[in-house]
Amino acid sequence: MKFKGLMLMLVMSFVLVFAAACGNNNGGNNAGNNEGTDENAGGEASGQLVISGSSAMQPLVAAAAEQFMEENPNADIQVQAGGSGTGLSQVSEGAVEIGNSDVFAEEKEGIPADELVDHKVAVVGMTAAVHPEVGVEDLSKEDLIKIFTGEVTNWKEVGGADQEITLVNRPDSSGTRATFVKFGLDGATPAEGITEDSSNTVKKIISETPGAIGYLAFSYFTDDSVTKLSIDGVEASDENVQKGEFPIWAYEHSYTKGEPEGLAKTFLDYLMSDEVQNNIVPEQGYIAASKMEVERDAEGNQK
Amino acid sequence: MTNQSEAVKERLVKKKNKRSPEFRGKVIILGSAGVIIIAAIAITLFLTSKGLQTFIANGVSPIEFLTSTNWRPTDENPVYGAVPFIFGSFAVTLLAALFAAPLGIGSAIFMTEIARKWGQKFLQPVIEILVGIPSVVYGFIGLTVIVPFIRDHIGGLGFGLLAGTIVVGIMILPTVTSIAADAMRSLPQNLRDASYAIGATRWQTIYRVLIPAALPSLLTAIVLGMARAFGEALAVQMVIGNARNLPDSLVEPAATLTTIITLNMGHTTFGSVENNVLWSLGLILLVMSYIFIVIIRFLSARRKV
Repeated sequence: MKFKGLMLMLVMSFVLVFAAACGNNNGGNNAGNNEGTDENAGGEASGQLVISGSSAMQPLVAAAAEQFMEENPNADIQVQAGGSGTGLSQVSEGAVEIGNSDVFAEEKEGIPADELVDHKVAVVGMTAAVHPEVGVEDLSKEDLIKIFTGEVTNWKEVGGADQEITLVNRPDSSGTRATFVKFGLDGATPAEGITEDSSNTVKKIISETPGAIGYLAFSYFTDDSVTKLSIDGVEASDENVQKGEFPIWAYEHSYTKGEPEGLAKTFLDYLMSDEVQNNIVPEQGYIAASKMEVERDAEGNQK
Repeated sequence: MTNQSEAVKERLVKKKNKRSPEFRGKVIILGSAGVIIIAAIAITLFLTSKGLQTFIANGVSPIEFLTSTNWRPTDENPVYGAVPFIFGSFAVTLLAALFAAPLGIGSAIFMTEIARKWGQKFLQPVIEILVGIPSVVYGFIGLTVIVPFIRDHIGGLGFGLLAGTIVVGIMILPTVTSIAADAMRSLPQNLRDASYAIGATRWQTIYRVLIPAALPSLLTAIVLGMARAFGEALAVQMVIGNARNLPDSLVEPAATLTTIITLNMGHTTFGSVENNVLWSLGLILLVMSYIFIVIIRFLSARRKV
């Protein structure tokens, strides 16, 4: 009796596990089928699409998806945020149809970048953000590097108030940090400081800590709580990024495994359409990829 | 005829009633136990295999991992030294226990020995409310209230071990208090009666008789609180500053095992070294939680009453 019970229990738990796993697979298959057939049948897109990845891109893609679903009520698009690494991993495993990333797939270890197709949806500009009372609004790149490597520790050394400098960093693996280090600090390793992941927390810390400096995407400079820095006299503005004069910017990528098909293709086309690029993209604080006058490859070389 | 068929029907129904629920109950209970056991074993195996990848597949030296104080995963020659995080986790845990133990046991004694009625009516609900507050709220309050307070009145940036300790200490306080209160309540009344009978005051009874008698359970309460503190991630991450070096003082930014995992998990790709070392940090957490359980088992075995 005891043995029988144990067996039953084992069987039950296996059934549970399999049921869960199969449920998922079925969902995926159905989604694929729907995409194909409905696409051929008419202009209205329908089916299911799961998008995952960069939390910085999530608001943009989610806003576009919402509008898309309003126009195509039969389509169901889910936009999840789990970080660029998660997005790239999941799309290369085939767990999601589209994986969003702040960085080129080539820059991440363990991702088969040659299997993925890059769709550059938007561009995000970033710059250093400082506490409003440090008295500095423009820094040379040289000074910026000195500040972030810990060589300069007081704002008065770069022409500001007599106030000690506090660094606010992002975690090592963050795409924002990678972009800022590469194009803002010319690859210099930042000294240790407070490290936070979420842009909102970083902004809150900079606005509340005297002498704090960190880095944020342009879309977070919405009020006076933090000061946006110009670098080498170039204002951190969308226009300067488009012209290639302001150096700290990155693409927002949507990756698909192989060429996109069905609903994934329809949605990516929609993301690249003027309707999204001219309205939703600037509304969410990004720069339209179509308006860029310069281009960059995975190694960071500007054309 | 009718009588006979009625009798058969009755027998059948009876049989069904007698056996079926018993069998069903067994299956449900055994099943639940099985799921828990399988889940625990599966998590352990998965975490161990993932956590050892760093050393087996990526060739990171385990000695460097456990002894180096440098954590530079993005350098040309990456160094993975987890010492600052192990230190941070232990520091936060021990300091939080130092903070929560006297407060928790004190209020448990108040609740059970001094003001039974009032304690039951007022203190108990207050503690239950503290348990119910989500950790992100503790973190947010810590970030908005405790961090600026430390910065203005004690010094430093405000972010650091001290802020982390206070937030986690408050978080584990209800755990410690409620388990300590249960321990005090479960002491037999004749201990108190005997103590009063030989002329001891209330304080003498508490201090000399009740606390020693409940000591193993009280220590269990503290260790359970510490286990929770060790695993807390979200609230700590918001106030500790997450710097990767060993802090020189309580008001300098530090990091714990959990905060490094939560900060980096989403950005790293599955299977990369950067991701695998996070699993290794998770393995350290799991090993530590096993050690906490062993300590609790040891203490329970020593329980006298």
